[in-house]
Amino acid sequence: MSQVKPVKKQVFVEASQERAFRVFSEGIDRWWPREHHIGKSPLKRAVIEPRQGGRWYSICEDGSECDVGKVLAWEPPRRLLLAWQITAQWQYDPSFETEVEVTFTAEGSKKTRVDLEHRNLERYSVAADEYRNLVDQPGGWGLTLEKFAEAAKEEQR
Amino acid sequence: MANASSGFVALADSTRRLIFGRLARQPMSVAKLASGWAVTRPAVSQHLKALKTAGLVVDRAEGTRRIYRIDPKGIEAMRTYLDRFWDRALAAFKAVAEEESET
Repeated sequence: MSQVKPVKKQVFVEASQERAFRVFSEGIDRWWPREHHIGKSPLKRAVIEPRQGGRWYSICEDGSECDVGKVLAWEPPRRLLLAWQITAQWQYDPSFETEVEVTFTAEGSKKTRVDLEHRNLERYSVAADEYRNLVDQPGGWGLTLEKFAEAAKEEQR
Repeated sequence: MANASSGFVALADSTRRLIFGRLARQPMSVAKLASGWAVTRPAVSQHLKALKTAGLVVDRAEGTRRIYRIDPKGIEAMRTYLDRFWDRALAAFKAVAEEESET
């Protein structure tokens, strides 16, 4: 399988290393983009449980919970390794895993360099193949689309 | 209306995700995409324009029709989406981390 370049980002924040780590992890609800949400109901709260093995999920307005992934490594205030388990179909899949590694490097008492790498993206090619197989089956995703179309029609009436 | 220049915003719309999903299954014309739903052809065209501007789908002429399909390297579309997503997310993170309220 061919490699796909990871997504790499770097940002400097005017905050201590401890604070940067805390805001990124335990404070995720304060900055997580609201539009990035896979549930049916609007997002109420984004959560990263502060420990290795902790869940990464969101709570919807209707009280339901949607998993995003989990904490693979919890090493405050220097490093956070997350599993992003959202497929190309915007669904959580516990058997699908890409990694998001975030490192926090102190550049001063009030300045931190944050490096983020989202990798294993080539795994999306496998998902894409599976997806194509899935939609070609009777009762597969194609059917779901038809149901969606019906529901959309109902809504417009 | 979402800002069409961002792949992230382009796919935040559920109808666009659905169109993107259908195109992942097979390339299609606007007419075919619009058939069988309540979404009108002009609306589908608008969504396709947004997806195209965001670099998630490509089109080509076939006779008088335009056939749309997702980026041939589907992973690249996903990568583009994530790349823009993290730009947006980290900008928001930076703003919160730099708030004065906490010591």
